[in-house]
Amino acid sequence: MLESKIPSGSVENKWTDYKGHCKLVNPANKRKLEVIVVGTGLAGASAAASLGELGYRVKAFCFQDSPRRAHSIAAQGGINAAKNYQNDGDSTFRLFYDTVKGGDYRSREANVHRLAEVSANIIDQCVAQGVPFAREYGGLLANRSFGGVQVKRTFYAAGQTGQQLLIGAYQALERQVALGSVKQYTRHEMLDVVVIDGKARGIIARNLITGELERFFGHAVVLASGGYGNVFYLSTNAMGSNATAAWKAHLKGAFFGNPCFTQIHPTCIPVSGDHQSKLTLMSESLRNDGRIWVPKKKDETRKANDIPEEDRDYYLERRYPAFGNLVPRDVASRAAKERCDAGYGVGTTKQAVYLDFKYNLINKYGRAEANKHGIENPDEETLIRLGKEVVKEEYGNLFEMYEKITGENPYEVPMRIYPAVHYTMGGLWVDYELMTTVKGLYALGEANFSDHGANRLGASALMQGLADGYYVIPYTIGNYLADEIATKPIPTTHEAFEAAEKTVNDRINTLMNIKGNQPVESFHKRLGKIMWEKCGMARNEKGLAEAITEIQQLRKEFWSDVRIPGDIKEMNPELDKAGRVADFMELAELMCKDALDRKESCGGHFREESQTEEGEAKRDDANFSYVSAWEFKGESNWDLHKEPLTFEVVKLTQRSYK
Amino acid sequence: MEQYNMNLTLKVWRQKNKDTKGSFATYNVKDISSEMSFLEMIDVLNEDLIKEGKDPIAFDHDCREGICGMCSMYVNGRPHGPWQRNTVCQLHMRAYKDGDTIVIEPWRANSFPVVKDLMVDRSALDRIIQAGGYVSVNTGSPQDANAIPVERERAEAAFAAAACIGCGACVAACKNSSAMLFLSAKVAHLALLPQGEPERKPRVMNMVAQMDKEGFGSCTNTGACEAVCPKGISIDNIARLNGEYMLSAAVASK
Repeated sequence: MLESKIPSGSVENKWTDYKGHCKLVNPANKRKLEVIVVGTGLAGASAAASLGELGYRVKAFCFQDSPRRAHSIAAQGGINAAKNYQNDGDSTFRLFYDTVKGGDYRSREANVHRLAEVSANIIDQCVAQGVPFAREYGGLLANRSFGGVQVKRTFYAAGQTGQQLLIGAYQALERQVALGSVKQYTRHEMLDVVVIDGKARGIIARNLITGELERFFGHAVVLASGGYGNVFYLSTNAMGSNATAAWKAHLKGAFFGNPCFTQIHPTCIPVSGDHQSKLTLMSESLRNDGRIWVPKKKDETRKANDIPEEDRDYYLERRYPAFGNLVPRDVASRAAKERCDAGYGVGTTKQAVYLDFKYNLINKYGRAEANKHGIENPDEETLIRLGKEVVKEEYGNLFEMYEKITGENPYEVPMRIYPAVHYTMGGLWVDYELMTTVKGLYALGEANFSDHGANRLGASALMQGLADGYYVIPYTIGNYLADEIATKPIPTTHEAFEAAEKTVNDRINTLMNIKGNQPVESFHKRLGKIMWEKCGMARNEKGLAEAITEIQQLRKEFWSDVRIPGDIKEMNPELDKAGRVADFMELAELMCKDALDRKESCGGHFREESQTEEGEAKRDDANFSYVSAWEFKGESNWDLHKEPLTFEVVKLTQRSYK
Repeated sequence: MEQYNMNLTLKVWRQKNKDTKGSFATYNVKDISSEMSFLEMIDVLNEDLIKEGKDPIAFDHDCREGICGMCSMYVNGRPHGPWQRNTVCQLHMRAYKDGDTIVIEPWRANSFPVVKDLMVDRSALDRIIQAGGYVSVNTGSPQDANAIPVERERAEAAFAAAACIGCGACVAACKNSSAMLFLSAKVAHLALLPQGEPERKPRVMNMVAQMDKEGFGSCTNTGACEAVCPKGISIDNIARLNGEYMLSAAVASK
């Protein structure tokens, strides 16, 4: 049933062979073919621009007021590429290997190898577009180091790499808009896929300004609509990030891959109260210089700086002496949760741990600076002053952001941090060509499940988004569209369009006519709480089963008691949100179901029943070395298809950081 | 920082759509925590409005971490509120005290028609980019990224200009509603890099022409734009733009 279409041959030749043999569409025919791209983040903008350049007639959709605002813009750290500019032993193979291992051996070798192959090209392309990456004094590109790897392969633009890459893709997109090959639809939200004779042929979108439903035809539909972290209500995602486009595709026959694989990032600014609407990330790079600790005593009342060294528990250094504060994201997150659950958390909510820069401020940077300036026997005050200047250069903007949000100065007092939902490795199941189980319907970037297995490495999301958009889809979509050149544009009066629009319209009317008592937001908050507690950092059979029941009850309550003000035929953000939350609730159930099925622990998915004696994640390769691809059969009803994962190149090992 | 609660009076611009006339409405909000963000305070008000059966206030916002450029509120006469180098989503309520009155308006500019309440249409900024704010290079196999070294200072200056988030605060602050800071940031970003060199001249001419076509005003160097820019985009970029424009115009008139 599941055909992953992985080309034969050795892993390093698959992509070259594929490109050499896939079907092509000649330029005259490209002009007759229309492609719909939903989402304008790194994957969507790069795909829309590249397809427009090739000559296809593209329609690009986003719900924001401009394509430049998609949430890729918020990525901080950087983008990986196997350039080996640093002469430190990097290669395509190493990037491939690190990514498969980092994903805890739950991704496809062939896809990951292709990703590593095109990574270097992405950097060339971005530089040619004028992306201002950080440079050395000699004028060449600079690199920094990220978690889970031993080389420096991360390209960056201060703490705003995502912004700069997205602006590059956005500008390429706007150029195509100016040339007329791309038509841009902002403040439009896709609410259904139109499938005719088993092939994706268009979408129904709602114009968010007028509230009108509009129909659009395409010979193919490309979804690049991002991840579903907002299922948890609180996450580092943008407020508008949603799963609706992907979910509608799922309901129309696209299988959902590994829905339970969620990445919880260990260093985010903690929740301060019930009013909180989102969480803000503090870059992974901070763990290079910050030491994580909690008090040794429960219910400690002293302020952080008044707690002497002997009363502090540097729990990561204690549990993982080899990696210390630099253990991977999933491990660091679980360890923080363990301490807080045991009653050692700090701050008013007790759901936070300290990330303390003082030690390295003094001992690493302060002493180095004192040496440089020839200061002998410097006192602590001098060391702090000197160290501060260096830390400011390294992390200044992050420290400023922290201070704006919390009102505390992290140079003086330790940061308080706690894990938060950040990224979803799961997504629509796609084959090697990034096509879903619906013909002509593609999923790119975070919206697909493809490359990160059970855990994504830092600085790899940007790489994957741009790889899919710039270098994969332009080839693979041609292989499909070559057989569509005789297909005339289908008028949107076709019955399938009528039917799809009616479904969307009925649902909107139903929502508006509930006229209950509770705002959408309250349901979303409750859903998030269920998911965070029972399908978050640690999961177990009992909790997941409870979560499914609770979600079903919540959904029932939603459909009988939600209150949406305003009208349909106008700008109505509450109505937009209601549709998204309704979809989140359905997806949440599937996430729990998938987490229940996967009785092993791997990457970000930690099943309490599957752990070593020391409390570490225990993978079960004999029984769970597969991608779970869920087929929608009806309300609360799915069939599980398994795509077995075979590893021809990489050797499977249990990860250890002790 | 000690947490405290406050009661506030809000005067908020309400406007059903671009074709209807708007007006201020007054709301009282209670028990607002100093730890909340400004937009979370609006969330609280909106939730109350919904419960009372009224229409919540529509406003643009998305990332809530100061980078997407979507949020756009004119708070007590200043785009993005009282803090320096800040977006309104990063403004926190400790900037206010109990009993304060806060006036909230949308961006005011002819080129930014109001969509609803505090939301405006900034598509004119996209069209300025479409007029030339890019390097005309197709996706493909360009030369190696390190083939052209770029002086570090130039790369940093280009980055500083490219940090613009396209929020439009500069336009809202300008008494002429000029988009010069926005436009100049893009012109400077690309003019500073060797990759932008081949299209330098037509780019600046076309982008300026588009800005005029969109109805933005002229720049009279008051510097209000720089003062409110959340990303600290320097007015020096406008000087660079003027230089680029003169050079291009001189060549064109030959």
